[in-house]
Amino acid sequence: MERIEFDYPAKRQVSGRAHVGVVGSGDLEVLLEPTEGNSSHVLIRTSVDGFRETWQAVLDRFFSKYDGAVRIEINDAGATPGSVQLRLQQAVEVSEL
Amino acid sequence: MSAARDDLAFINRQSFIELQARERAKALFDAETARELVGPFDRVESPWLPLQGVTPQSDDGCVVMKGKISGRPAVVVALEGAFQGGSLGEVSGAKLTAALDLARADSERGILTAAVLLLETGGVRLQEANLGLAAIAEIMAAILALRPYAPVISVVAGTVGCFGGMSLAAGLSSYIVMTREARLGLNGPEVIEQESGIDEFDSSDRALIWAIHGGEQRYATGLADALVEDDTQQVGAAIRGLIAKGVPTVHRSSQVAVYRKRIEALDPTRQFDPKELRAQWGAGDSAPDGISAGGVSAGEEERS
Repeated sequence: MERIEFDYPAKRQVSGRAHVGVVGSGDLEVLLEPTEGNSSHVLIRTSVDGFRETWQAVLDRFFSKYDGAVRIEINDAGATPGSVQLRLQQAVEVSEL
Repeated sequence: MSAARDDLAFINRQSFIELQARERAKALFDAETARELVGPFDRVESPWLPLQGVTPQSDDGCVVMKGKISGRPAVVVALEGAFQGGSLGEVSGAKLTAALDLARADSERGILTAAVLLLETGGVRLQEANLGLAAIAEIMAAILALRPYAPVISVVAGTVGCFGGMSLAAGLSSYIVMTREARLGLNGPEVIEQESGIDEFDSSDRALIWAIHGGEQRYATGLADALVEDDTQQVGAAIRGLIAKGVPTVHRSSQVAVYRKRIEALDPTRQFDPKELRAQWGAGDSAPDGISAGGVSAGEEERS
């Protein structure tokens, strides 16, 4: 298991939180919570070691469109970058319900 | 069942198996009454899995919800089969035990609280070894303490099924609800094959496995109380019906003499097939109250 952390700048405060997904083979769990301040923090725990750059690419893209100040926790069981992106989008959707 | 089935209704049903643990639990309550206890944001996760390089889950694969079913207090505990095979570790076991203990405490004070266990589990989480075993002992003790007051209903919907120590917990519950996709047994097929050889049990033979462990067989031999389609409405209706029925006068697991007699009547020197078992254990036996010797309905295919 590898632990990876990233920080991204944020422009606005959000209010909702969301929990989506499950730590099952090829899937992941995302916990998204509002945070104070003007940056977002991402903590990833993944069962597959050695993919830091891929995670960075996926999150760079996600935060190029999302500017809320959030704390994101990801527990991953080998999801593909596409699945990760979809789960992140789902988390945002659920948090804005 | 298949012959009489309304095909359109079946196509339009909401699958229960396809729901994740949290959605399953929520679907069983009266609208707007469910609240989750020790949820993902409380972050009570397994301290042991990360030490072994295994990614933990924020709810440790165990969802506890309190609310009302048919207007009566109830607690639902759902195990997430997709996370570590729904296995019970220190945290998930403690959540399940505490939920049953609180239901018992409420029941003792006159607030009768039924428990519904949605079991998709292989049993003890091997990474947590003795803590998982201890958890299952505690769960069984908690079921025995609650069931004189309010029914404890185990639901095995599939597709993981319910095996290992948790099959014992299911056996102690007041009622068992299964689908035909579900399996219930002490040792899983692969464990039996590994320990006793492929001649004893071929774990790749799905027809054989379901003919022995499957929900249809368990129901037909009186070891499950309701057989439902993979349909959220039907699962909910079965649970509401059993809660209305209340505590059985005699629990299945108290029928030692009945089951000893059944086992003594079997001839272990030869291989008997699942159909024979249905004939011997199904209808006709003096099933005590609360134990349905499930009838096999027309159009049902044999899978042996």
